[in-house]
Amino acid sequence: MTTLSLPAGRLPRHSVSRDDIVKRGLMVAISLYLILSLAAPLYVMLSKSMSVYRFDLTQFEFQVSDETATVWSEPRTAAALNAESSAVSADDLRAGSDSRLAATSFFADFSFRSPVRYRLRGTVDEASWLVGSTPGGGTEWQEFDSNTFRRIVLRPSSTFGLDNFTTYFATPSLSNSIRNSALMATISTVITISVAFALAYALNRSNMPFKGLVRLVTTIPILVPSLLPGIALIYLFGNQGLLKPLMMGYSIYGPIGIVIGSVFFTLPHAFLIISTALAVADGRHYEAAASLGSSKWRTFWVVTVPGARFGIISAMFVVFTLVITDFGLPKVIGGQYNMLAVDIYKQVIGQQNFEMGAVVSVILLLPAIIAFTVDRIIQRRQVALLSARSVPYAPRPSRGFDMLCLGWCLAVAIFLVGIIGICQFAALVKLWPYDMSLSLKNYAFDLMDGGGWASYGNSIKLGLLTAFFGTIVVFTGAYMVEKTQGFSAGRSAFHFLAMLPMAVPGMVLGLAYIFFFNDPSNPLNAIYGTMVILVVSTVTHFYTVSHLTALTALKQMDAEFEPVAASLKQPFHKLFFRVTVPVCLPAILDISIYLFVNAMTTVSAVVFLYSTDTQLASVAVLNMDDAGDIAPAAAMGMMIFYTNVAARLVHAGVSTLLLSRTQRWRAR
Amino acid sequence: MPDTAAGQAYLQIDDLWKAFGDFIALRDISLSIQEGEFVCFLGPSGCGKTTLLRAIAGLDLQSRGTIRQAGEDISTLPPSRRDYGIVFQSYALFPNLTIERNIAFGLENARRPRAEIKRRVEELLVLVGLAEQARKYPAQLSGGQQQRIALARAIAISPGLLLLDEPLSALDAKVRVHLRHEIKELQRKLGVTTIMVTHDQEEALSMADRIVVMNHGVIEQIGTPTEIYRHPQTLFVADFIGETNQFPAKVLADGKVALAGTQLVCAGHQVPVGAEATAVIRPVDIIPHGIGVRSPGTPDIVETPENLVETTVEEMEFLGAFWRCRLSSPRLGARILVADFSINAVRRLDIVTGGSMRIELPGERLLVFAGNE
Repeated sequence: MTTLSLPAGRLPRHSVSRDDIVKRGLMVAISLYLILSLAAPLYVMLSKSMSVYRFDLTQFEFQVSDETATVWSEPRTAAALNAESSAVSADDLRAGSDSRLAATSFFADFSFRSPVRYRLRGTVDEASWLVGSTPGGGTEWQEFDSNTFRRIVLRPSSTFGLDNFTTYFATPSLSNSIRNSALMATISTVITISVAFALAYALNRSNMPFKGLVRLVTTIPILVPSLLPGIALIYLFGNQGLLKPLMMGYSIYGPIGIVIGSVFFTLPHAFLIISTALAVADGRHYEAAASLGSSKWRTFWVVTVPGARFGIISAMFVVFTLVITDFGLPKVIGGQYNMLAVDIYKQVIGQQNFEMGAVVSVILLLPAIIAFTVDRIIQRRQVALLSARSVPYAPRPSRGFDMLCLGWCLAVAIFLVGIIGICQFAALVKLWPYDMSLSLKNYAFDLMDGGGWASYGNSIKLGLLTAFFGTIVVFTGAYMVEKTQGFSAGRSAFHFLAMLPMAVPGMVLGLAYIFFFNDPSNPLNAIYGTMVILVVSTVTHFYTVSHLTALTALKQMDAEFEPVAASLKQPFHKLFFRVTVPVCLPAILDISIYLFVNAMTTVSAVVFLYSTDTQLASVAVLNMDDAGDIAPAAAMGMMIFYTNVAARLVHAGVSTLLLSRTQRWRAR
Repeated sequence: MPDTAAGQAYLQIDDLWKAFGDFIALRDISLSIQEGEFVCFLGPSGCGKTTLLRAIAGLDLQSRGTIRQAGEDISTLPPSRRDYGIVFQSYALFPNLTIERNIAFGLENARRPRAEIKRRVEELLVLVGLAEQARKYPAQLSGGQQQRIALARAIAISPGLLLLDEPLSALDAKVRVHLRHEIKELQRKLGVTTIMVTHDQEEALSMADRIVVMNHGVIEQIGTPTEIYRHPQTLFVADFIGETNQFPAKVLADGKVALAGTQLVCAGHQVPVGAEATAVIRPVDIIPHGIGVRSPGTPDIVETPENLVETTVEEMEFLGAFWRCRLSSPRLGARILVADFSINAVRRLDIVTGGSMRIELPGERLLVFAGNE
């Protein structure tokens, strides 16, 4: 008989081959990329949200001389001076990291012409001030003449705590946004899911004509920035809108506009998910229901809806997250109605209050992370639901029902095309609504704010760079995760990092980048304000979906390719370039077009990161709209649309060409 | 290739263990394989045969123990530094490369001239009988053809060891039988040491020089196909290979066992006298002795063989090459005895359903194993 338990001893380890070293090196490199472009900035932002700055007046001590500059007063702290004069109120003592307090404010009788001299020292080592822009500090007395003293400003001290959050919740104008955002996201989700479900149902369960065309039209919103439906709604229902009477006195600026616009830009996402869920439904269930004499209505509730429930729930979370994190649309059409994502922008760009921006970011991160987590759990369960033996459902023709479906699809298509159409029309009109004659003057972007035609060029450059480098990074990373043996702790950590960007709203990412990369002590500070940081932020922002696409393609490949190549003594890179990449080419092309289109339309992360040399078309839409140049904003938005359409066409062409050459093996 | 001294095994596995967390997949496996041998790892799914193959290939490293190939310790070498070719159940052919480029994949390196590669590929294609298919893609070939290409790719680099992981189980029964002979033929021609993992006993019996029968992570028996079949060393082996009748039995003195009170002569065994045991006999080993006399108590035939039992034929099933008969006898207790009789015997002895017949359970084929269920 053999013994029952493993004899004591150490586990043997593989002697490491050159391939292993290369693979692990690549994985470490890409992990490092994700840490530097995601984890570290988010960490810095989190700590910023908890950094509290205030002027601690007990930290500074002053002495004043008489006019002969020989006799000195008793040293007194700024706190003591302030207690006497009440020159600085308690509110003014609350500060941001960049707040400054003039030293002269404690001396009511200060005059810079006076011969009186001043001494200043810190009571603690951390006390610091600026003389002009030269930093000073320390506990030694330092003497200044009154003209220099005039230029001294005290710096706030920083502590760690939840005070920023307390302030946030104590300020209704800020904390109301939570309710507003949640409300808008909920309403938009309900409407979008209903519309998308009906649309998906019509396309999957009827024999209506023009299915392909409808599917094509539903992808339109993906190709434009979310600002664009806002602009279209202004032209339709705004103060000078064509259909303003339809609003019956209500204003489009605010909740109504946000909801309609949100339905527009989230519809394709919801539609794709629900349509997939309906498409994989098992036809045998319907045959079973019919053979049991179940009515159509009952079959719908007993078979159709439960079958698609994971798709519906998943779509709900996606839409909710998209709406609550979107910045462009509420910025354009939100009016006085505050939303979380816009608050970040206002705090940072408007008030330069970075700490409060970080607080709002953290709050915005929560629903996104919850939605993301729940969605992942559901997705995992859905996989188990699919069976390879499913028989696709084939709808029977029914004239009445088919026409009903077509009618509905037509209505949705008119909505989608109408929004785009009105933008194009507005972009070509001379002066809405007074002079409706056509002209191209709104395309003279160089005459407006926002960066002009150069910003359009920059956007294309950003799109191409993002697509090129992003695809390489994402696909290589996914390959290392999927096809490396051992090293499992590292692999799951990497996978987590790759999934994280989906839960991080663009505004949050952008702000985190400011904190992380704009710090002069960060060696990576050099990329701040360049095209590089825009590419990095965009690749990271859209990492997750690309990663999952790559992973799906790689999972479909035989897991035994690698062992076979190793047994044939061939290095892994030969297998990678000769087999893996060619076989996964469709997925690789999909990733690159996904990254390009999103780089063209994204506003949220890059709005914090562009510089005068790297202005972008999507941001130009925002800025021109902000400056009141709505027609040029629409014109630029349409340029983005046409560029994305062209990119899609090129992608389709290149795909067909490449696939016909490299995927011949697919044909039997 | 370093030469192996006479008597030294080509592949030597010592005290090999493999644990996946708390689950122990391989327990203390020791095994030696001679150069040029064709060895099958046979066992039910989950018995550890694939784990053992993957340890030899370096794909899943063992937890304890050593593996030596051609005198060299390869225990911790990565797959790429071991000397073997491998064929998987899925074939793992590169779908985007033509047949010839699949085969050439392992041959391509800087030092080998193109013309030589081309010649070698052609040679291999002829060897597996698919010379016409060189320019096709894997998806254009049948399963059997794909398997042959996978084989050609694996032997292209002239490995010292060929590993086959259930290579035939994805194929139709007919193709499988055909390919069985082809692989065996090819292996004999090349003289390459080969290990094949299979759960199909027929495959193992017909192809292997030696079979390693495994169960629950241990080796139950190692032996030639006939040894394994004729002289199983454990009840598991007897049960897993071929068909058996099993009876609870008690071991008696003088080489006998008691089956439900009937004393029978049995083959040699190691079970101590008085112990509970299981007696096993294969349906094909049961010898029919004619209808005998219909009235009980009549004296036996002159040359009295041992272990004669009067039975009633309860049921007969015609299986083409033979008849499968289900026999009952009060002397054997409530159990039904399954016996396979040739068509001739059935005709000659006039065996019919409901009739009585006398059978012999030859002593040297009545195997005894310790314990019963």
